[in-house]
Amino acid sequence: MSDATAEAAPPEATIQPVDAETPFQRFVSEFLDSKVATAAFLFLLAIIALAIFAPWITPQNPYDLAQVDVLDGRLAPGSEAFAGYTMWLGSDGAGRDLYSAILYGLRISLSVGVTSGLIALVIGMAVGLLAAYTGGRTENVIMRIVDLQLSFPAALVALMLIAILGKGVDKIILALVVAQWAYYARTVRASALVERHKEYVEAAACLGISHARIVFRHIMPNCLAPLIVVGTVQTASAISLEATLSFLGVGMPQTSPSLGVLIANGFEYMLSGRYWISVFPGVALLVTVVSINLVGDHLRDVLNPRLNTGGGK
Amino acid sequence: MSKTLEVSGLKTHFFMRAGVAKAVDGVDFSIGPGEVMGLVGESGSGKSITGFSIIGLIDPPGRIVEGSIRFKGAEIANAPEETLRTLRGNRIAMIFQDPMMTLNPVLRVDTQMIEALQAHKKIGRHDAWTKARDTLGLVGIPAPDERMRAYPHQLSGGMRQRVAIATAFLNEPDLIIADEPTTALDVTIQGQIIHEAQELCRRSGASLIWITHDLAVVAGIADHISVMYAGRIVEQGDIDDVIDRPAHPYTVGLLGSVPTANNRGQKLYQIRGMAPNILALPTGCAFKERCPRRSPDCETSPEATTRGEKIYRCHHPHLEAVEA
Amino acid sequence: MSAPLLEIRNVSKRFVRRLDLAGKIASRLGAGVSEETVHAVDNVSFSIAKGEVVGLVGESGCGKSTLGRVVAGIHKPTEGQVFFEGQDVAALTGARKREATLAIQMIFQDPFASLNPRMRVEDIIGEAPVYHGLTTRAGAASYVDEIMTKVGLDPSLKKRYPHQFSGGQRQRIGIARALAVKPKFLVCDEAIAALDVSIQAQVINLFMDLREEFDLTYLFISHDLSVVEHIADRVVIMYLGRVVESAGTENVFERPVHPYTSALLAEAPRLDQRKRAFVPIKGEIPSPLEPPHGCHFHPRCPHAVPECSADPPALETVRTDHVAACHLRGRFV
Ligand SMILES: Nc1ncnc2c1ncn2[C@@H]1O[C@H](COP(=O)(O)OP(=O)(O)OP(=O)(O)O)[C@@H](O)[C@H]1O
Ligand SMILES: Nc1ncnc2c1ncn2[C@@H]1O[C@H](COP(=O)(O)OP(=O)(O)OP(=O)(O)O)[C@@H](O)[C@H]1O
Ligand code: SF4
Ligand code: SF4
Ligand SMILES: [Mg+2]
Ligand SMILES: [Mg+2]
Repeated sequence: MSDATAEAAPPEATIQPVDAETPFQRFVSEFLDSKVATAAFLFLLAIIALAIFAPWITPQNPYDLAQVDVLDGRLAPGSEAFAGYTMWLGSDGAGRDLYSAILYGLRISLSVGVTSGLIALVIGMAVGLLAAYTGGRTENVIMRIVDLQLSFPAALVALMLIAILGKGVDKIILALVVAQWAYYARTVRASALVERHKEYVEAAACLGISHARIVFRHIMPNCLAPLIVVGTVQTASAISLEATLSFLGVGMPQTSPSLGVLIANGFEYMLSGRYWISVFPGVALLVTVVSINLVGDHLRDVLNPRLNTGGGK
Repeated sequence: MSKTLEVSGLKTHFFMRAGVAKAVDGVDFSIGPGEVMGLVGESGSGKSITGFSIIGLIDPPGRIVEGSIRFKGAEIANAPEETLRTLRGNRIAMIFQDPMMTLNPVLRVDTQMIEALQAHKKIGRHDAWTKARDTLGLVGIPAPDERMRAYPHQLSGGMRQRVAIATAFLNEPDLIIADEPTTALDVTIQGQIIHEAQELCRRSGASLIWITHDLAVVAGIADHISVMYAGRIVEQGDIDDVIDRPAHPYTVGLLGSVPTANNRGQKLYQIRGMAPNILALPTGCAFKERCPRRSPDCETSPEATTRGEKIYRCHHPHLEAVEA
Repeated sequence: MSAPLLEIRNVSKRFVRRLDLAGKIASRLGAGVSEETVHAVDNVSFSIAKGEVVGLVGESGCGKSTLGRVVAGIHKPTEGQVFFEGQDVAALTGARKREATLAIQMIFQDPFASLNPRMRVEDIIGEAPVYHGLTTRAGAASYVDEIMTKVGLDPSLKKRYPHQFSGGQRQRIGIARALAVKPKFLVCDEAIAALDVSIQAQVINLFMDLREEFDLTYLFISHDLSVVEHIADRVVIMYLGRVVESAGTENVFERPVHPYTSALLAEAPRLDQRKRAFVPIKGEIPSPLEPPHGCHFHPRCPHAVPECSADPPALETVRTDHVAACHLRGRFV
């Protein structure tokens, strides 16, 4: 068999890769496999678009006093406003078109939820990475704080903070961040711990690459998948938490009425049969939160197996 | 003597979005009582799926699309689940690479083994216990009385595999399919387990199919060998005949690429390229892109050719070897 | 023989599993939980000359990977020193330290876990040389192409991600990543164990080619004796954290002195041994948490004498360039 030893050199060069799909393409095609999640995702996109384009697609800016007429107050859905357009969802006590108010409220709810979610994500990620990478005492201290924080209900933490800090948009966002960062920190630490002991991280250390670069270039990108899942679910809960606070009257001020504020404002009319003032903003809130959660749940299903296999055989 | 198992034309395919994976695509072999057959091949060549097809453990999207599996003369391919269940663990047993596939982590060894016995036989608890203990002793477990009371996690990997093997032999099956049972174990432990499996087969007259990717292990244990490539057996025959006088270019390549004392320090023979993707097999011979003897004939799929004891699928076999 | 390129002196590595809070409370209450210490590597010394290939053999858990990681600088030894080109690696600083770090690279076992799944091949290979200024950002592309060609990968695939390659191709990517920093010494930790038989031969050949082309020195860790016999000039055998025998390849395979080495050689399956009746050595590999007293091998050793369970045998020279740690010093053969 010795003649065969001279077989031509590096043969693999001619072979094409086994799998031509990029991870992202595969992710997309797997995500689209679920009809429910795809529908929820499209729905969510529509909601976001409505919120963003509210000023251009609503008949009224509900917070421009010049456009609101008190005489339009508490009109039933489908009534015609003094200015001539139809109020399909009726109007509230102050004469604001509910359709317009909901879209503007959605804008505020979404931006408060997303802003606080993003800040909490960044803080939680930094803390989680630090804990996982340093290990030892630092990690112990950080994780005990996280455990402590997670043992209180988020709403309670937020309420206590508001009680201390007072009202205001910035305070609400701060309270939401404090109530949520620990979830992110725990998630990131768990996946960073797994990644940290993988051989590619050891290889990077062998190659003399700095700790900071190992953490941010190597470990962090591999922890993003679970973070995205937690991020969607947490954004949904930030939105409902903000609504809860606002409903209790300690949340967003009347000058920037989120969906929660709208629900609270309409509540006093419930008993008099003018259900729409509270119910329609409530439905908007529900639909938003549910579609975010549906998307998040399916993201988890699609992303999870990928975390371990790395796309193996 | 009649055969314990006769497999012919077996095709097991997986129907997936990306296409049809022909994991097993026309496999024929048979095995007589007390014989040991080594089934070797690279990762993904269909060894495990062949084993699973025999014991009827193919889950959708996979199914046996063609072929017959005759166990002691009775057809069991696509047999009703009930028939298979009474065979499995009783007349046919399987041992896996990971012993935890057969062992239940929350039950003690004795509980599991007694259950395995009582599931197929009318036997008293005490007799069952004694029998289980004796079988543990047979597979070389020291102090079997003590180990009977252990939970699987309290045992080392080698011990667990022995318990799995003992469980497989409990009902004195006629056929045992061992799927890479020693791959995860150390050399010295592997040696012990091969030894014990051989002994048990000799004693009970069971037929053994030993699945592995390690030719040297097969050489040490088997009477016959079947070499699989991309879902087909490309060469089979008596162990000495195949290893000393391989006919198929793939077998020749595999044997040549094993480092031995004779080629120390020299470059090893290497089969070029890599195993084809079974979702997109080339037409004709599946090995043609890696084959040094390829010719235009190889665009058609080679049929199985029998020559003496040996069967191979190749248009240009190393016949000089076969005839010698 | 030239001065050693790498020398390790009395290296030990212990892992302590510390108690968590619950464990501490439990141990206070007398629950018998205590800290566990694994002597993964126990007082190991050997040296490797420039250009040599040293095979490190032993069963699972005997400390091969740990020793390899100590050599590669991933783990700090609990005791002892690693000398590279005559200098104590731990004492180096600044540019010298970086030089030593880059000079010793590691090839890992798992072709899946050893490549960052989120990086393109060109970044995996090109990151370190750019980072250390071995090439410029602009020159990185051709630098990467060149190395990929050297290890037998098609450079046009460099924009792809690791999962798009087969196991053998990935292992080549890992080798290219190490070569990119111009190492002098490679620690290969079971670098071919996860590959298919036909692919193993390709990678072994590649290692042998690269050794010639780049004048490399290897510490080749493997549990597969036939592979080690094929590639190594010298073989070190470990058992439960200690070196039990070390000699030139011929001596180890033809004139083994230690009963454990003999057992390994007898147990290793070989193509030319058919349907043989295995006469395996008995017993399990003991837990490294509580290794047996005296000679670690005595509970399984067919030749053990009373002395063996009392005193650990020291490594002693049996013949030129052949040391073994056994009280019998080969007298049983
Ligand atoms: N559940 C499944 N769905 C789809 N394809 C499958 C499934 N199980 C196995 N296959 C495919 O069938 C082929 C044969 O697999 P099999 O497990 O029999 O290989 P093998 O020879 O046992 O390999 P290994 O040595 O890696 O165990 C593989 O290419 C695999 O991709
Ligand atoms: N980071 C760690 N923490 C604690 N214990 C460890 C660590 N790394 C290794 N060990 C222990 O040290 C011992 C030696 O492990 P090592 O990985 O070096 O063995 P090995 O010879 O490479 O085995 P294998 O052949 O299984 O790879 C083992 O008992 C292992 O459990
Ligand atoms: S049929 Fe042709 S390509 Fe296939 S193995 Fe034989 S010679 Fe090679
Ligand atoms: S020292 Fe004793 S127990 Fe250890 S290997 Fe030698 S003879 Fe065996
Ligand atoms: Mg298999
Ligand atoms: Mg190891």
